[in-house]
Amino acid sequence: MRSITIGESTFSCQPDETVLETLLRENIQVPNGCRQGLCQACLMRSLDNPPPVSAQVGLKDTLQKQNYFLACVCHPEQDMTVALPNQQGASIEAAVIKKQRLTPDIVHLVLEYQTEFNFFAGQFVNLKRPDGLTRSYSIANIPHHKKILEFHIRRLPNGQFSSWVYDELELGAELTISEAQGSCHYLPGRAEQPLLLVGTGSGLAPLYGIIADALAQEHSGPIHLFHGSRDLNGLYFIDEMRELAEEFDNFYYTPCLSGEDIESDHARGRAHDIALSSIETLNGWRVFLCGHPEMVNQTKRMAFMKGASMADIYADAFHVIQEKK
Amino acid sequence: MSDSQDTNSGQSLYEKLGGEAAVNAAVDIFYRKVLADHRINRFFDNSDMEKQAAKQKAFLTMAFGGPNNYNGQDMRNAHAHLVKMGLNASHFDAVMEHLGATLTELNVPQELIAQAAAIAESTRNDVLGK
Repeated sequence: MRSITIGESTFSCQPDETVLETLLRENIQVPNGCRQGLCQACLMRSLDNPPPVSAQVGLKDTLQKQNYFLACVCHPEQDMTVALPNQQGASIEAAVIKKQRLTPDIVHLVLEYQTEFNFFAGQFVNLKRPDGLTRSYSIANIPHHKKILEFHIRRLPNGQFSSWVYDELELGAELTISEAQGSCHYLPGRAEQPLLLVGTGSGLAPLYGIIADALAQEHSGPIHLFHGSRDLNGLYFIDEMRELAEEFDNFYYTPCLSGEDIESDHARGRAHDIALSSIETLNGWRVFLCGHPEMVNQTKRMAFMKGASMADIYADAFHVIQEKK
Repeated sequence: MSDSQDTNSGQSLYEKLGGEAAVNAAVDIFYRKVLADHRINRFFDNSDMEKQAAKQKAFLTMAFGGPNNYNGQDMRNAHAHLVKMGLNASHFDAVMEHLGATLTELNVPQELIAQAAAIAESTRNDVLGK
């Protein structure tokens, strides 16, 4: 008989029982719906061993890679330690080693950690300051022997956390970091596939990480990045991206400005409009969308209608937390 | 409801259509047709496209005679808010149209399309809350 551990409790899974049935029998609250592996309401994650492949059918490849599975069709093959998607795992401490203003609105924050920490570039973590205030930010770098995490933090009007990072956070200060989350990241395989990446503002952070990851893993297909902002303050890393485009023949970079009356030689218009009108069909493409929620949701649909498969669209919408007055 | 054995050949409709791989091939095509159809896309306009696509997949699996836990009452409950929005027979017909067109596009023989359509048709009253 296999045992299922969740939080502090361990239960035995009867023969023929699924993980969902075991947990519900033990009065553990697990959201569920169709109970046939389709609706994905009972999505859970295995924290120790890879789950049975049959319990991962239909999940996004990035979620499969992170050992997510559907509890309603999971007959454990070995003992499992599991968690619901919103259950936080262990957190780590990291110290500020660099803080640099990229534009008046965006700061480049680099943290260094000492312990073991697994992540994919493009995933996000929750950064927590000593008084407990917490915000999610995307990781802009690939795992590195130097054990660093890079973030691009945009200062929001009245943003409690971002203003604090800007004005008060000092070199050497410690932040608490949650485990890495999210399914918007690069996976090797299908190296010849064309990639489209569209980001607004600090949505460049995860995309920058994803591009670095793809290039490091020798992605051979064309990689098209469209980075947009209303004004010049939201466009950053322009020189870095141009240098990257010089260095790699298969990387193409288009900075876009949507605001009016701005003197610049950048493409005029919204990044996703420019991206989609410049590409005939997205059939066979892999698409990454990060930034403003409206842009992300609209573009997701447009990319799908233009031929991209639902399974090939990865998105991370940056929702702004409404500050309490 | 999951028993759709064809007594003539011993192979179920689901097997004849190509099983899960066929559902996966059909779901993007079908969902794209539904979203492009101004008559019905407001009923499918959900910002969470993954969840919506998973529902389309469940529907197609059932129509293909595949494994499902079809339950008329669940189907009624799930569509009740759409009926309030005005969901009626003409919208159901439009979805049936797209199901047929999707299978035709995938070169499924007409006789199998008719069988899948008959299964989908059997949900009409539950979906429309009749």
